[in-house]
Amino acid sequence: MRFAGMLVMPAGFFLAIAALVLFPASSAASRAAFVLCGMAVEALGLVVAMRGHMEDKGKSRS
Amino acid sequence: MTPNLPPAMSEATFVLVLTLLLVSPVALAGLALINTGLGRSRSAAQALLGSLAIAAVAAIAFALVGATFAGSWGGASHTFHAAGKPWDWLGAGPFLLGGLGLAPAQAQLGLLFEFLAVALAAQIPWGSGADRVQLTAGCAVAAVMAALVFPLLAHWVWAGGWLAQLGVNFSLGSGFQDPAGAATVHVLGGMTALVVVWIAGPRKGKFPPGGFATAMPGHNAVYILFGCLLALAGWLAFNVAGAVLWLHAPLSALPGAAVNTLLSASGAVAATFGVTRIRFGKPDASLCANGWLAGLVASSATAGIVTPVQGLVIGLVAGVLTPLLVEVLELAVSVDDPSGAIAVHGAGGLWGLIAAGALAPQAGQLMAQLVGIAALLGLALPLLYLLLWLVNRVVPLRVEQDGERIGMDLHELGGGAYPEFVIHRDDSYR
Repeated sequence: MRFAGMLVMPAGFFLAIAALVLFPASSAASRAAFVLCGMAVEALGLVVAMRGHMEDKGKSRS
Repeated sequence: MTPNLPPAMSEATFVLVLTLLLVSPVALAGLALINTGLGRSRSAAQALLGSLAIAAVAAIAFALVGATFAGSWGGASHTFHAAGKPWDWLGAGPFLLGGLGLAPAQAQLGLLFEFLAVALAAQIPWGSGADRVQLTAGCAVAAVMAALVFPLLAHWVWAGGWLAQLGVNFSLGSGFQDPAGAATVHVLGGMTALVVVWIAGPRKGKFPPGGFATAMPGHNAVYILFGCLLALAGWLAFNVAGAVLWLHAPLSALPGAAVNTLLSASGAVAATFGVTRIRFGKPDASLCANGWLAGLVASSATAGIVTPVQGLVIGLVAGVLTPLLVEVLELAVSVDDPSGAIAVHGAGGLWGLIAAGALAPQAGQLMAQLVGIAALLGLALPLLYLLLWLVNRVVPLRVEQDGERIGMDLHELGGGAYPEFVIHRDDSYR
């Protein structure tokens, strides 16, 4: 799960970059929505990685 | 593509910035004291020696490798073209600082700024790994960060890289702005701290099975609070130097940047004082120190941009968020971060970057800041995780069990920081 989370995070970054490439400066709202979606994907990846590390710790708690 | 070159710098401005940069290592001393004070007494000498060694290793790694990749504004770089736009992603500066004396004055100052920034960034994860990360591993983490990750961000932000060019290429305000390292120093340091804590794991006995997290308070509140005062002096110098170097602020704007720095820290510590007093009945010294630092960290992004009142509000928000986040990370997510670096530097830096975008007068500036944050979390964090995972395979981050039991001082250095003190047994090892 740790690595899955880490793999999801770059996907969010590329989504944010796609917003810049796909939408012109005049479509500020669409750009903003796309960038925020990208950041949400990154946040999801972070949560997954965080959960993965919590599970690891649960196994080796002492 | 040749980026717009910054305006020429007068001799008086050059002297001012050089003087400020020569003062700013005081922030390093402050952070080192804070990290040492927040650890245990039986690891104090190792913690402080580590701060020194890590600053040295980071400087050497940056000189040998990192400075080449960081490049300088207007200098050579690697650029690819996609979607009809240039993407300047990596510097191509001279090897081993060649020709430094012949470079333009501003480029030389920029390089000195980056040296101090990388030394500061490398200190941040060391405090999070206190009491269980080996000295050699701490140095290896610093070397990797200074040679490979920091230069990428420094180039993108300070040397005309793609983030700095977001304004020119995509009409996003003035491009990503980070005049004193909120992203390149503090968010990077906070993310590295998170990865170090993940890989090294918690201190023994921190999270007992089936119970609440064990409180392991810092051993010296005087170090911690005096470190905060030293940090203020260093931050004032660094923020003002950054405003001149990267925002090209006129001399008349510099007192305002210093006032904003002070107000941000003041608002933050006042807010943390209030929050901890309400939650615990009495103000908590180490959390107040964390709040103070979080205010300074947020000011790294905003000091040269906002008004004094805005600076104060930014500090107040940072001061409310920091103690809450420290608690959430420890109690809800089981992250053992003795120095609170993830909340202070990571979250504080992110908050500063967002505030700088939201309060900037240029249209699109907030979007530029968000794209920069997306690059930090989406590229830099996974890259750091991969690199430190590899480092851990070669030089294990975590000390042997015996080292943790007797303390890092005796295990790694053969002697303690306070030799005439009696070392008490830790109940958690029964």
